[in-house]
Amino acid sequence: MSKIAIIGGGIIGVVTAYELAKLGEEVILFEKNYFGSGSTFRCATGIRAQFTDEANIRLMKHSVERWEKLEEELESDIVFRQTGYLFLAASEEEVEAFKANIKLQNKFGVPTRLIDMDEAKEIVPILNTEPFLAGAWNPKDGKANPFKTLFAYLFKAKELGVDAREHTEVIGFEREGDTITAVKFRNNGKVESVKVDAVLNAANAWAPLINEMAGLKWDLVPITAYKHQLVKTEPLEPGQAEPLVCPPSWNDAYIIQDGEDGGIICGAGIEHKAKSLDDYEPTYDFLRGVLDYAVRIAPPLRYAHVVRQWAGFYAKTPDSNPAIGRLLDNFYIAAGFSGHGFMMAPAVGEAMAELISKGRSKVPLDWEWYDPYRFERGELRTSAFQIG
Amino acid sequence: MGGKKIVCRCNDVTVEEVEALIDSGVTDIEEIKRLLRIGMGPCQGRTCIPIVLSILARKTGKRQEEIPLPKARVPTRPVRVEVIVGGADE
Repeated sequence: MSKIAIIGGGIIGVVTAYELAKLGEEVILFEKNYFGSGSTFRCATGIRAQFTDEANIRLMKHSVERWEKLEEELESDIVFRQTGYLFLAASEEEVEAFKANIKLQNKFGVPTRLIDMDEAKEIVPILNTEPFLAGAWNPKDGKANPFKTLFAYLFKAKELGVDAREHTEVIGFEREGDTITAVKFRNNGKVESVKVDAVLNAANAWAPLINEMAGLKWDLVPITAYKHQLVKTEPLEPGQAEPLVCPPSWNDAYIIQDGEDGGIICGAGIEHKAKSLDDYEPTYDFLRGVLDYAVRIAPPLRYAHVVRQWAGFYAKTPDSNPAIGRLLDNFYIAAGFSGHGFMMAPAVGEAMAELISKGRSKVPLDWEWYDPYRFERGELRTSAFQIG
Repeated sequence: MGGKKIVCRCNDVTVEEVEALIDSGVTDIEEIKRLLRIGMGPCQGRTCIPIVLSILARKTGKRQEEIPLPKARVPTRPVRVEVIVGGADE
């Protein structure tokens, strides 16, 4: 049994802790704030396999299959619902691009299909069909409750013996050659240290700071924090906009109805580079901008009330694909999810735990595609389609 | 009504649910907020947050002043979307 430290109590860190404990490893999990406080508890809840490249499609197909069984495995209602994703094309060129994406997705068993606007209107009764020509519809995409999902994993992880510590900040490492031998951390002003056999950096937007503590260059894995804001309406009758609905050509604007309380969550690619890693201040330009898109997608939203607006970080890499893999002998990273961490977590946590514990994984995760050293080599992947 | 003590009227959360969650080890008010949806309804926590603070203080032995308030979200009162986007300009 090895002792493995995980830094970051968001969904990636918590799932990996659980999967490592399942494999019989001893895990200590550090979160400097409260669990989920970084990006997980600020996400838009969406889960999709509709990506535009093989690596992300295959990873998300596996992840969705894991999501389908999670409520049973974790013995908890995480409000996972396969209500689909509906992308909308506003031009003939987009329809052609959708067709090519659908062909690739179908090749790997993702059942997306092109639908007309009559069918789209049946799926989303409040949809304004007029600006759109066709939709890409995958009924197996969906959503889940990020709060309940993270805690369902966390409770199970603790049952399996994971030592999960919140409000505990990692402040440094001891390193011998390319091996991390100990983690130093602080809780309530008290500094302690623990000997470890391996470390996972799952700090997402904060991951470059952790890499630096390990003696690596800050920009080895260049992750930038972008504010991604969301606006939510009062609860509406279920079924109004259950799938995530998005015309990508409208600045990636989207709406999705919360599976639990029925409020409509509205997002868009109106992003601001965060002034600091504490900069969560919502902005009025976003509120105005996102609602302009939302009422064009679904005009009846004009009469709903906005009840809240919040911001989180897209921990963005230059190609919007995460960095997943090994950085030093026993120092690993899974960060820079660029807005896709929640949906990818069941697959990535499983793959990362197997890699750390056994040196290989049966999860269809293309390690070469997500290689954390690709930025240093100047290799970028096809930009992963963002949103959700 | 049968003795059901409501803490949050927006999301119908009871005293028992708050106490059970604290007993299970979740004592950070930001986490309690998200798991039970207290403070996340249209009233923005005006009713429920002070009650949850007092339960939390009683159960953890802390003084209420020591417990940080959860982050409030804008807008402080619900605002109709058309007020923000302007009149019927479609």
